[in-house]
Amino acid sequence: MTPLQRIQEKFSIEIIETHAFRGDETVVIRPGALRTVVKFLKETPELDFNVLMDLTAVDYLNFAGGKIKKDSRFEVVSHFYSLKHNHRLRLKVPVGEENPEIDTLSDLWPSANWYEREVWDMFGIRFKGHPNLKRILMYEEFKGHALRKDYPFNKRQPLIGPAI
Amino acid sequence: MSFMSSAANFFTSKLSDALGWARKYSIFQYPFVTACCGMEYMSTAAGHYDVDRFGAGFPRFSPRQSDVLFVVGTISQKMAPVLKTVHDQMCEPKWVVAFGVCTCTGGFYDNYATVMGIDTIIPVDIYIPGCPPRPENVLDGLMKLQEKIQRGEQSRTLYDPRTKIGRPAYLQQGYSIQEHIREKESSS
Repeated sequence: MTPLQRIQEKFSIEIIETHAFRGDETVVIRPGALRTVVKFLKETPELDFNVLMDLTAVDYLNFAGGKIKKDSRFEVVSHFYSLKHNHRLRLKVPVGEENPEIDTLSDLWPSANWYEREVWDMFGIRFKGHPNLKRILMYEEFKGHALRKDYPFNKRQPLIGPAI
Repeated sequence: MSFMSSAANFFTSKLSDALGWARKYSIFQYPFVTACCGMEYMSTAAGHYDVDRFGAGFPRFSPRQSDVLFVVGTISQKMAPVLKTVHDQMCEPKWVVAFGVCTCTGGFYDNYATVMGIDTIIPVDIYIPGCPPRPENVLDGLMKLQEKIQRGEQSRTLYDPRTKIGRPAYLQQGYSIQEHIREKESSS
């Protein structure tokens, strides 16, 4: 039984979408169920996802030139890995544009702390319950979030020097 | 009286020549290494290319003891105030070498994070473009810097992106090889 099948069995109502191709398993879940699902991922002995490989976000504004419409603008993507069972899972959570906020994973996987700060810095998605949610790459004076698709690529906000 | 003043001129000009000669062969450099160009800098500094032959083999890791600032690698907007502070802390006379195309113009970066050429923040004496520059390029730049030190010249001006004044033509956008060859031919 693969991790994806196990989650499908347990949280069939919370799952929006799944995808599996040659052992590369993805599950998209509702934001409200995030904490219960990740606790299940970490604490179930048969799953035992003890490593958070990566946590990042995607901005789907004007995705594929506007041809593909997404219900919510952002998606937070986490990659989990189990050292014991040597299996992986990709977990996606849609996040809306009006109030971009989801629950933190930093208490369960300490490595999420800096990943979430990076997502806040670059995409402006807040993490509820994060112990120290401040910018990690850009400086405090920086306005806006640089990897949002509506941030102009040639906009400059220098600390010193000309803004060109 | 006229004899005295010409003697004084003779003396001071010869003194500045001697100073320039002494300075150009005892460069205490401050390597401000931030990125991949550092590899090529190390290669230049190490035995095979041996920057010590030019009297520049003694890096000082304090700006107050150094007289040439080597800016090696991409400078981000967050790093820019640090670079400016280091430059301000150096004692006169001081020179700045922009090592690698990122420090010269920003290189292939054109985004929210990168300074588009350190000459917008601090005056640059020698530009060594390349991604990264070969050690031969670096030594060529170093010899050009030595000539400049010998002449007692220092860059004092910043590059203004609005007027596009203060940066060599070959580093400006749209400059072609053909233009470079034409310039070389017309000057020779």
